Amino acid sequence: MSKSSDNLIEIRDLDYSRGSRPIFRGLNVTIRRGEVTAVMGPSGTGKTTLLRLITRQLLPDNGVVLVDGVDIGTLSQTELYRMRQRFGMLFQNGALLTDLSVFENVAFPLREHTRLTNRLIRHVVLTKLHAVGLRGAADMMPRELSGGMARRVALARAMVMDPEILIYDEPFVGLDPISMGVIVRLVRRMNDALGISSILVSHDVQEISTVADCSYLISDGKVAASGSPQELHTATSDLVRQFMHGMADGPVAFHYDAPDYEEQLLGRDAD
Amino acid sequence: MTLVREVYETLVEFVRTFGAFILFFVELLVHTPRAVFGRFRLIVAQVHNTGTLSLVIILVCGLFVGAVLGLQGFANLQRFNAEDTVGTFAAFALVKELGPVITALLFAGRAGTALASEIGLMKATDQLSAMEMMAVNPVSRVVVPRFIGGCISVPFLTAGFSAIGLFGAYLVAVVLLGVDVGAFWQQMQQTLSIKDVEEGIVKSILFGGAASLIAVWEGYNCIPTAEGVGRATTRTVVITAIVVLVVDFMVTATYL
Ligand SMILES: Nc1ncnc2c1ncn2[C@@H]1O[C@H](COP(=O)(O)OP(=O)(O)OP(=O)(O)O)[C@@H](O)[C@H]1O
Ligand SMILES: [Mg+2]
Repeated sequence: MSKSSDNLIEIRDLDYSRGSRPIFRGLNVTIRRGEVTAVMGPSGTGKTTLLRLITRQLLPDNGVVLVDGVDIGTLSQTELYRMRQRFGMLFQNGALLTDLSVFENVAFPLREHTRLTNRLIRHVVLTKLHAVGLRGAADMMPRELSGGMARRVALARAMVMDPEILIYDEPFVGLDPISMGVIVRLVRRMNDALGISSILVSHDVQEISTVADCSYLISDGKVAASGSPQELHTATSDLVRQFMHGMADGPVAFHYDAPDYEEQLLGRDAD
Repeated sequence: MTLVREVYETLVEFVRTFGAFILFFVELLVHTPRAVFGRFRLIVAQVHNTGTLSLVIILVCGLFVGAVLGLQGFANLQRFNAEDTVGTFAAFALVKELGPVITALLFAGRAGTALASEIGLMKATDQLSAMEMMAVNPVSRVVVPRFIGGCISVPFLTAGFSAIGLFGAYLVAVVLLGVDVGAFWQQMQQTLSIKDVEEGIVKSILFGGAASLIAVWEGYNCIPTAEGVGRATTRTVVITAIVVLVVDFMVTATYL
């Protein structure tokens, strides 16, 4: 297999700003087929933004996003929708449709895109709900679910069309240790058994090292480090060590850009 | 200098918003035929939703508006010994003006705000993005059914308003104040032409379209925060009121 066909998604020299604030400056990321790729980074570095750029919910200012070698910026609406059917995405807050029951939420993509009979839909949906341990919650409404349950339902919904690429935005937040273990294994198992590729955004260094094949640490608009979790763990760079070991002091500022603390408190700039 | 700049920026912003609005409207129209056939049940659900939301308030208001017309009409027409024509007076007022206008305003306040905040909240909670990601166009799935639902329910609500308003006028004028029942209805039938009814129907269709369009537009384009959704609902009512009254003036002028 040639090298380029191993690369499912390539992000090249990507720039993106929100207003006048640059989020990414010359970002390069490659996501290989069949692997679990983790994206890590301090809060607010733009991990969610990156996922939105990969799926063209946002357009970059500069640079390209290639999916299977195709620049997704050039796709028409129809082609874009066809491409998105290959993706399943788990949003950070679940994003369940609040006017539909849990069952109908998971059934939603099937009803929209297939002509399956009700019996078949029922079968598929219950299987997926069972995989996330929520078959018993099929008749509940999203407002009756806890945050962690909602995220698991959203995960079932993301898998229901059997996508080739699964994108998870912080799937482990708010899960108890048991569900966490189940979901971690589910992510890994789906990736391997179904031959799909996964992109996983998480802060959870521990969990990432158990599931990811390759991870990117993003900071300050660029890739600060990349490689297998083991490589990152033993990396010597200050930044990587700071993040992987959770230290407050280091090259990554814990604080969002702000004026001098002392001056602001003493009110000298409040002329 | 700054004033010039501000005016210029406001103007640019206005043109930009207007252009976006036109594009939104075109997209909505493009998706309408497919939605009518493919999402018929969603539309029915939205007619039910917007219609029943507003039904009670519209019937109650209609009854009292009609009753007031009966009172005012009787009191003023009596001075010219023309109290028999109070039915005609009420019918003209209701069918041509008050029915369509008040229904549209009440609809905006009751159902329009609900539509705007519902869509706005869906946006704020990433539900619209999630649909996009599932390759489902949110305009087609969320916006169009609500828009069509509103367009369908407003004319019926208007008819209900006018009908119960006439009943209210009848109660006050005939039952309470003793106007001759035959004169009340017959005068009305003789003077009210089909053209007057048509004017009311045209207005109710236009107002229904405008109120629904403004509500879905405001919801779909709100700033996706709690504050933004709140502002969208307020703007829905304010803008609908202005648009309805301006359009009312224009339609009335063309029917003279
Ligand atoms: N709609 C928006 N308008 C303006 N700025 C935004 C918007 N959304 C996000 N940002 C900015 O973009 C930056 C990246 O946001 P993003 O949500 O991608 O962060 P993240 O890495 O996912 O953080 P977290 O780990 O907390 O989820 C943030 O600093 C935020 O200030
Ligand atoms: Mg995020």
